Amino acid sequence: MPNPSPAFNAAPLIGTSPIRKEGRAKVTGRALYVDDITLPGMWHGATVRSSIPRGRIRAIHFDSVIDWSKFTVVTAKDIPGHNFIVHLTQDHVCLAEDQINHYGEPILLLAHPDKEVLPAAVAAVHIDYEELPGVFSIEESEAGAAGDESKVIWRGDNPAHHSPNTFKTFHMRSSDDHAAHDDGLAKAFAEADFIVEGEYRTGAQEQLYIENNGVIAEVFRAPNGAIDSVTVSGSMQCPYYLVHALEHIFHLPAEKCRVIQTETGGAFGGKEDFPSVIGSHAALLAMKSGHPVKLCYDRAEDLIATTKRHPSRVRHRTAVSKEGKLLGGEIEVVIDGGAYVTLSPVVLSRATIHSPGPYHWPFLTVRAKAMATNIAPHGAFRGFGAPQSLFALERHMDRVAHTIGLSPEEFRRRNFLSAGMKTATGQHLTDPVDMDGLLSRALKESSYHAKRAEFDRTNPPSPIKRGIGFASFMHGSGFTGSGERRLNSLVKIELTADGRPKILVSSTEFGQGTNTILCQVCAQTLRIPYEDVLIAQPDTSVVPDSGPTVASRTAMIVGKLVERASASLLRTLAPYLAHPVPTADFDYSAACEVPSGYTPEDFRRAALAYLRDRGQLVSEARYEAPGNIFWDDDQYRGDAYPTYAWAVYVAEVAVDTRTYAAEVTGFHAVQEVGKVMHPVLAKGQIEGGVAQGIGYALYEKCVWQNGRMANNQMTNYIMPTSADLPPIHVWFEEVPSIHGPEGAKGIGELPMDGPAPAILNAIEHATGISFHEIPLLPEDIFERMTGSSSSGSKALNPAVDRDTRSESTVSP
Amino acid sequence: MTEITLTVNGQLQTVDLPSMKRLLDVLREDLGLTGAKEGCGEGECGSCSVLMDGELVNSCLVPALQAEGAHITTIEGLSPETTAPLHPIQQCFLEHGGAQCGICTPGMILATHHLLAKHPQPTMEEIQEGLAGNLCRCTGYMRIFEAVEQAAKASAESTP
Repeated sequence: MPNPSPAFNAAPLIGTSPIRKEGRAKVTGRALYVDDITLPGMWHGATVRSSIPRGRIRAIHFDSVIDWSKFTVVTAKDIPGHNFIVHLTQDHVCLAEDQINHYGEPILLLAHPDKEVLPAAVAAVHIDYEELPGVFSIEESEAGAAGDESKVIWRGDNPAHHSPNTFKTFHMRSSDDHAAHDDGLAKAFAEADFIVEGEYRTGAQEQLYIENNGVIAEVFRAPNGAIDSVTVSGSMQCPYYLVHALEHIFHLPAEKCRVIQTETGGAFGGKEDFPSVIGSHAALLAMKSGHPVKLCYDRAEDLIATTKRHPSRVRHRTAVSKEGKLLGGEIEVVIDGGAYVTLSPVVLSRATIHSPGPYHWPFLTVRAKAMATNIAPHGAFRGFGAPQSLFALERHMDRVAHTIGLSPEEFRRRNFLSAGMKTATGQHLTDPVDMDGLLSRALKESSYHAKRAEFDRTNPPSPIKRGIGFASFMHGSGFTGSGERRLNSLVKIELTADGRPKILVSSTEFGQGTNTILCQVCAQTLRIPYEDVLIAQPDTSVVPDSGPTVASRTAMIVGKLVERASASLLRTLAPYLAHPVPTADFDYSAACEVPSGYTPEDFRRAALAYLRDRGQLVSEARYEAPGNIFWDDDQYRGDAYPTYAWAVYVAEVAVDTRTYAAEVTGFHAVQEVGKVMHPVLAKGQIEGGVAQGIGYALYEKCVWQNGRMANNQMTNYIMPTSADLPPIHVWFEEVPSIHGPEGAKGIGELPMDGPAPAILNAIEHATGISFHEIPLLPEDIFERMTGSSSSGSKALNPAVDRDTRSESTVSP
Repeated sequence: MTEITLTVNGQLQTVDLPSMKRLLDVLREDLGLTGAKEGCGEGECGSCSVLMDGELVNSCLVPALQAEGAHITTIEGLSPETTAPLHPIQQCFLEHGGAQCGICTPGMILATHHLLAKHPQPTMEEIQEGLAGNLCRCTGYMRIFEAVEQAAKASAESTP
């Protein structure tokens, strides 16, 4: 049937850049974030936190300067259900009862109608502690695991399954046959021409979303006074995570725990697991006060209390031939999980699987562990373990290349994975993989060789040392291992009363473009304009559980489900589209081909006719694991991810040998991410991730003092400003994947992985000094360049050194 | 309590409040204008930026008393009607990906407004410098720079 209306151009929408769905509300300032919302009778909440990192509570005194009868006070005893925040385990207490495991641990909650009086009340709660020495480093925690009882701070619920202080371990081997593998590895080291070792460290990094964590909670009671249901609205990535947390805290069924995501001002993983904490707290205050309660942190509290990227220590021992072939490797990955397990096992898993990078290792053993410390729990942050292990790997690859006398690019080229090969988990790479091509393109676009030669020539007489370096890497799209099978995600699309499709998903928008790309997929599948498609606000009483908005999974996994649900909706409407004018003899219940051409008006008419006949139309699609994707949790082998995004990033730097400041002066990001769904959003994702990666490498340092983040202000936790960043050039190669809609793969986390090692590789080129730890601050460069005995930025006291530090890290 | 009179988005407003109340809270709580956001409360992030007598200020650092008699423009003042055409700067942020999560966007747009008033055809250095008081964690600023350049271009083309 020919398209009767030339007015609508049904050209593909995926691959174009329509206006962001909620964009108008954002640029006019009308988008409502949680702190912009006030409910009638609403009170405000505050949290009383521990001022020690480890110990016991002896007594709590309420200072009589405050009239406590005007406040609601919640303690652990008020929790109707269980006193834990459920993540993967149940060790994370909601409110401390007697044991303190980290500085800033929540002990009491307060609510009052006037938020201005809360800080004085928090200060008027005096807590006596029996303090114990804290465990703040991976090494101290390892000492506890090795038998030093004074340093044992976590035992787990089943000591048979865990060494003390050890949240999780993985042992990954590049073969199913362990004995043959271990023999092969030993032989590789025995016969290697070179054995290269290295140790690499990364620091904690704050997500630093500009909107702090915040929620509003309400509790509804039955006529007999019993708690009937709980509703929490707020800034978050994963509404159903909070539903599960509330089920345990309130001992209510899931359908009585309603969670609504409000417009969310940045997240980056920082609103993945933490909203379960603040959401539970606000709900407890609402329960006891009988009022809606808003609990929104200010910046200082957000920085003290919420999750950060796991610090890491990664050790490499590599056997390599004089021809530059990797023969075997041993990698040890250790992450600092903080005081409770939370998400550390899955962060560790992604770190482990990404630790071999995009290379072929004939024999590889990776041992990984997540350790407990008396620091607030570390959590999800864009990249989720991969930036840590890829930083180590890509610094190490340069070190190996230098040791064996090959250029960094030639050494990598001799070891790249390519289609048909197997990864270290035994995953057979069936999709095209062209790391060689990506590397060539990245070197060409960045004029790498010309610049390298130029800098080698101009550096010697100059106080400014310039350098160029790169990193090659990949990022798995979607949940690790069997995660997607377990999530069992569901997507629905309903027709509204005016005949428009409305997407119902729990996938959240927090800047990355969820609303926009899912509407593009739906519109393209239904062959109607993008503007005609609606997407529901994530409200668990309305939307199904389409899984958490994490792990670079939304475009690929949820996008594919939206595509399938849209196709199913279209098939249901087909008779109405095929026969828009009803006649007595036409049977609308018989299946029918979707006509090849129809206008948006035809679609609307068909939708309305269907609704008139049948009342409603909701189509759905549930995740079905591809038959050829399999992961063995016990052996820790198999297809770790449905597919991967691949990339090579090139950084140019200038190191001023007078101020010891390093600055990124140019950046080129080349990646293969499958089909680019929305070029403007995609570029924005890459550029934003690169900026965070530059901050991770050169600016952002959490300064810990006795387990407390001492620089818990934007004044002295420094993220890049508009004046600090170089032009970031972004190129995409598109190799469509069968796993995503129109071939899309994951993109969100990838750009976090490459910048830090590329920058430190460039700094080595510039200065001749190999640095192995980030963040790399001017103090650290000073120490190495001058041989100074100060301990670099480790000795920073933000109270004293604040001004020097901020001046020296801002580029001229 | 002190009576303060100020003009916000062209409307004369009189409010009775503690003289040290932050202008940010006056706008958000007393006048119901929630477009200005609190990101840090110490003048670092710029998400509370508004124009005060034509100058860009962090409204979290301005006591109400200091705003007595001032003319304030907030994001709500740039396109007062929900259905009206957007201000060209807003339109350019929308089209060129200048807004992601949107929390810095009102402040960033007002900073752009201030920048283009001073430098109608800014260089890249002027853009980078002019927006350096407004932090954005999502974009890496590149889409914002493009939006600003396009807004400058649009304004040059519309000026006879």
